[in-house]
Amino acid sequence: MSVLYALLFYVATVLLIAGVGFKIRQYWTTPAPLKIPTTPAPTTRGGVVFRMAREVLLFESLFKGNKWIWLFGYMFHIGLALVLVRHARYFMDVGPVLTFIQPFGIYGGMAMVAGLLGLWGRRIVVERIRYITNPSDHLILALLVGIGASGLMMKFVEHTDIVAVKIFFQNWMTLNFGALALPSDPVLMLHLLLVAVLMIIFPLSKLLHAPGVFFSPSRNQVDNPREKRHLAAWAAELDK
Amino acid sequence: MADFQTPEFREYPAVPNVLVPDATAHLSPFVAKPNHQEQLGFPGELVDNWEEKAVDKMGDLLSKYRGLRVYLDSCVKCGSCTDKCHYFQGTSDPKNMPVARQDLLRSVYRRYFTFAGKYFPKLVGARDMTREVLDEWYSYFHQCSQCRRCSVFCPYGIDTAEISMAAREIMDHVGLGQKYCNEILGKLQTVGNNLGLPGPALAATLEEYGEEIEDDTGLPVKLPLDIKGADILLITPSADFFAEPHIDGLMGYAKVFHEAGVSWTLSSHASEAANFSMFIGSYSNMKKVAERIRDAALELGVKRVMVGECGHAWRVAYSFWNTLTGIGAGADPNDEYAQKLQKQLDPSVPQPMHICEFTHDLIQKGKLRFDKSVNDERVVTFHDSCNVARASRMGDMPGGQFIIPREVIKACCNNFVDMDPETIQEKTYCCGGGGGLLTDDLMEIRVKGALPRMEALKDVADNRGVNTLAAICAICKAQFAKVLPYYDFPMHMLVSTHQLVGEALVMTGSEQEKELLGEDADEAPEAKAAEQD
Repeated sequence: MSVLYALLFYVATVLLIAGVGFKIRQYWTTPAPLKIPTTPAPTTRGGVVFRMAREVLLFESLFKGNKWIWLFGYMFHIGLALVLVRHARYFMDVGPVLTFIQPFGIYGGMAMVAGLLGLWGRRIVVERIRYITNPSDHLILALLVGIGASGLMMKFVEHTDIVAVKIFFQNWMTLNFGALALPSDPVLMLHLLLVAVLMIIFPLSKLLHAPGVFFSPSRNQVDNPREKRHLAAWAAELDK
Repeated sequence: MADFQTPEFREYPAVPNVLVPDATAHLSPFVAKPNHQEQLGFPGELVDNWEEKAVDKMGDLLSKYRGLRVYLDSCVKCGSCTDKCHYFQGTSDPKNMPVARQDLLRSVYRRYFTFAGKYFPKLVGARDMTREVLDEWYSYFHQCSQCRRCSVFCPYGIDTAEISMAAREIMDHVGLGQKYCNEILGKLQTVGNNLGLPGPALAATLEEYGEEIEDDTGLPVKLPLDIKGADILLITPSADFFAEPHIDGLMGYAKVFHEAGVSWTLSSHASEAANFSMFIGSYSNMKKVAERIRDAALELGVKRVMVGECGHAWRVAYSFWNTLTGIGAGADPNDEYAQKLQKQLDPSVPQPMHICEFTHDLIQKGKLRFDKSVNDERVVTFHDSCNVARASRMGDMPGGQFIIPREVIKACCNNFVDMDPETIQEKTYCCGGGGGLLTDDLMEIRVKGALPRMEALKDVADNRGVNTLAAICAICKAQFAKVLPYYDFPMHMLVSTHQLVGEALVMTGSEQEKELLGEDADEAPEAKAAEQD
């Protein structure tokens, strides 16, 4: 079973990196032939970095749009970020920063699940959002809630041998196939399986919004069309 | 009047509507005739293998437009945009929610261009390109005015305008075009304006307006046409030549130019600022139309290109002209095409410039005198046009497009009131007639889509005494002129922004100046007093 999981994670990691890499390359190489920032927009590159930072770190536009979605969405994402940092301890030595962050990772896990449940509730209860929901939207929520809930269970209900987990992943990273041994804990098995599934579907699903936001012309373009001629290669051909 | 109900005003401010599925499924515009299609380079009618052709065209657009690709992938269905569209608010049709409108196209994108949609279509809501889908596209992508309001509230800036432009481009390429846009574009490309007004008729019209101003002011104000060597080429929507209250705006520009003492001209070759190619998402047509203006600028040898009051035209001019035609600055030294024009244009001023920027600049420098009391019976509010607000700028700082027109209005009116902050500036509502919807065959969606703007107007009319609605766009003006009566507002409350300017402007040596000086003779300069004797 441990070997199977190790393989699964190799496959998932390769698919995640290759898939997201492919999409980023695709976004990067597809031209944006026209200046279409949603205005008012920054007139300098630095201003655009600041706008993007507000968008990515504070979800500024969502805040303008809907306070409830913002609240639940923000809880989920900030919680997920803390949880990810907390999990770094399985892959590296724990220094003072990681030690400091550990308890926040727990609060993060709770916030994450609470935020997800809030979003899911709205998806069911609010008619407009129910209308635009596909089965995959429910499944992704279920997957994330499953990951969060199984993780919290291992903290609060059914402890697993995290030292063994850490050793497993250390060996996994160094390709040390002889010493792969995961605790055969059902909750842990479920948790890891769901994480692998999440990694695999990431580049195939709406989770692409994570790299996508950085490539959104309405948010990342400088508002300077009069000052500088903006020309895509295929459009330049039409000048001739 | 019409076979539909004007929506009731909701309790203000309104809460999101309860859905009424397919409420406006019956609405779609007249289909373009073969000759309308062919003159733009599109097939005359629906081609045989249109399903395949449509998917191919989508692939082509995906490889050319990063925005389209990112927008189709990134939506998480969060719901932030769902209650933001004026057409949704006015119709309650769920397919008028921006995300649902996008999904009409996204479902096909997923089916043919994504792994999940190819192998698990039901799971991700992917659909085959069928006649049913095509008809739905034709209906609902012509119930979007491409106003970008939804994109303001999207955490990824997904712009439904880009999606609806792509959908219309695909439909044009398989032979299913919209009559209104494509017929007009044909006139524009052959005659030079949307109206199909030929040069001699235009010249006669302009002369008439000049005489009208002269009757009013006693000054020989001209509206020059095709003057070689003029400093300024004014490109204005052709509606300014024949529609009310547009004409009053045009006469306002003429008075400002005269008072500023600049030499300017209109062009009969490029007598249209509007560029409906944007509405149909056609880059090549947009470039072709814009190049008429480039050609006129080169031919007449002007130093500056200026644009009259028009929303999407200003978007195309401000955001796209430099890209499409080189009207602007900062081209690469090796870019001969753009350099040819940019060497001719005055680099010390923005190219192109909006007429409001020009007037505002003169006001700032104290070069215009106003008798604000002329407009004292008015309590004015200002409708931010969607394309000006969310797709362009005026002046040198972000948001100048909100400040400058208001400053211009306040310089010539004593009573100015803004509408609800949730309905102006970057959150402004479309008039309901933008994006190629300004046609009688879409009157129902136009009236219903105007609801949020009409509600905000009613709020200030009832509570703040507003009796004048100033607009800055030819489409907004034409749309409001039609739609105001449906909501029991008097049509004459609608004015052009430069109409207010023209009415209050006290031109040097004019009858108005003499009257003013007569009232207050002590302050009159002696020379002027002598003149009066």
